[in-house]
Amino acid sequence: MTAADSLLTVEDLQAGYGTSRVLDGLTFSMGTESVCIVGRNGMGKSTLCKTIMGMVSPTAGAITFSGRRIDGLAPEKVARSGIAYVPQGRRLFPSLTVEEHLAMLAPESRGKRWTPTAVYELFPRLADRRSNGGAELSGGEQQMLAVGRALLLNTPLIVMDEPSEGLAPSIVDDLIAVVHRLVSEGVAVLVVEQNLRAATAMSARQLVMTSGRIEIELTAAELLESTQLQSTYLGVDA
Amino acid sequence: MLPRWVSRAAVWVPLAAAALWVLVLARNTSAGPAIREPGEFVVTLLDGVTFAGLLFVVASGFTLIFGLMRTVNMAHGSLFLGAAYVAHEIQTNMVGKDANIDARDVSLLAWILPLLAAGAVVALLGLLMQQLLLRWNQGQDLRQALITLAISVIAADQLLAHFGGVAQPLKWPGAVTHFFEIVGERYATSRLFMLGVALLVGALLWLWLNRTRMGMVIRAGVDDQEMVRALGINITLVFAITFVVGSFLAGVGGVLGGSFAGSVAPGVDGAWLLNSLVVVIIGGLGSVKGAVAGSLLYGMVVALSPAYLPAGYTYYSVIFTFALLAVVLAVRPAGLYGRVE
Repeated sequence: MTAADSLLTVEDLQAGYGTSRVLDGLTFSMGTESVCIVGRNGMGKSTLCKTIMGMVSPTAGAITFSGRRIDGLAPEKVARSGIAYVPQGRRLFPSLTVEEHLAMLAPESRGKRWTPTAVYELFPRLADRRSNGGAELSGGEQQMLAVGRALLLNTPLIVMDEPSEGLAPSIVDDLIAVVHRLVSEGVAVLVVEQNLRAATAMSARQLVMTSGRIEIELTAAELLESTQLQSTYLGVDA
Repeated sequence: MLPRWVSRAAVWVPLAAAALWVLVLARNTSAGPAIREPGEFVVTLLDGVTFAGLLFVVASGFTLIFGLMRTVNMAHGSLFLGAAYVAHEIQTNMVGKDANIDARDVSLLAWILPLLAAGAVVALLGLLMQQLLLRWNQGQDLRQALITLAISVIAADQLLAHFGGVAQPLKWPGAVTHFFEIVGERYATSRLFMLGVALLVGALLWLWLNRTRMGMVIRAGVDDQEMVRALGINITLVFAITFVVGSFLAGVGGVLGGSFAGSVAPGVDGAWLLNSLVVVIIGGLGSVKGAVAGSLLYGMVVALSPAYLPAGYTYYSVIFTFALLAVVLAVRPAGLYGRVE
């Protein structure tokens, strides 16, 4: 393991719901870079995100972030330790306007890189929809808000669960650009993706997940080139 | 779901029939047809709106706690009654009379101070209840309901043992106990004062929920508690504060309700828990907007039905409360502003 690999380390992680085990000895590590977790549906990708965030308690294994064990911590403690979360399905708050989503987190962001103003600069469309409710936004705007909300935590790592799901290709391009920008500014991004184009454009490292563990690590180029690998691990028939 | 035309008919047919009855047909009722007795009609409406104010103060605390924590606080009525007794105790001490307190003896201070003190006492009791008993059972709705139900039974017996079964006086301040004339009828200023307090409470609650950061966190928490936590927000602190505010509102409601009745007596804890439940079932559990709508509808039914039932049948007016609940639940099973989960 190189020094760059030491931001987030997941070792032999096991977790599940009730008696069913969804994560089964999952191991990987990452540094300040972008890493994609790819795989078919039902392989436990979302459960991995939730387990990192403390929403699902692991039954065994360890998660180490910035040298500290964070497995078993409550979600707010995980977030406070420096991990922001962009959940699958965005999970915006229907009762809050766009502005309130950001204002709620604004006090802590004062003087840091990402403030509500900086988020509006990154996503000008959100600025036009300040007083709209979370439920009144288009899919793309909702995702921008979910990302913007996570940015306000100004964390060294952002976990994104299927950010491109249900978005138009041009919006996916915007999202890819945001991921690159974050990495260039020194923020690590862990992305779970189903969309092959988005995943390979977002990061060079592609961790393929099958049945609750990382089966193999590929580069984006390897995955893009081989229809054989795509159909084996992603169920994509080119 | 019922077909659309059925739900529409279920709302509009009874409403139209009731309006026709109240306006023209209601002879031989205590109020009389509204076109002949406009004064009685206005007074009945005022009764409904002012009582709705009291309902709102009590039910808003109940719905706030449920909305955020999914805790059905069955001890809400006990907080109401406890606050009324505490206010009675302080007021009698301040006035310096034990029984036969007249409103004229009560200065504004001898009402406001007991109100705030009683609110503070039950807010503290609510906080203790939440921290010592409910916090460990977060997310277990049934256990929390049973725990608070047990508290309400114990509290009712303890209050009975301490204050006895005889009603104890609690009075409005003399400054607001006047009558004024409206459309030829006399009307009590104290009822408008009660509505004023309710409007003030509603305005402050609205400002808190809509204009402060904590209000945003509470609304977000009602939507998706886990996501709020994943944003690094310590929701357990927000829970505690919400419980304090909800209990304080029950206390303010208890002092208003006690002053409104002129006395505090055992049994009103259960009655007011039931009132809160009716309001939030109509309005939708967890919605403050729903508490406003539920209070107004329930308040109107409570005021209108005895006034416009034929003399000798007013005893049956409670049936209209059930009719209101039945119609609302048939048309909107989750209440007017409730969310379907």
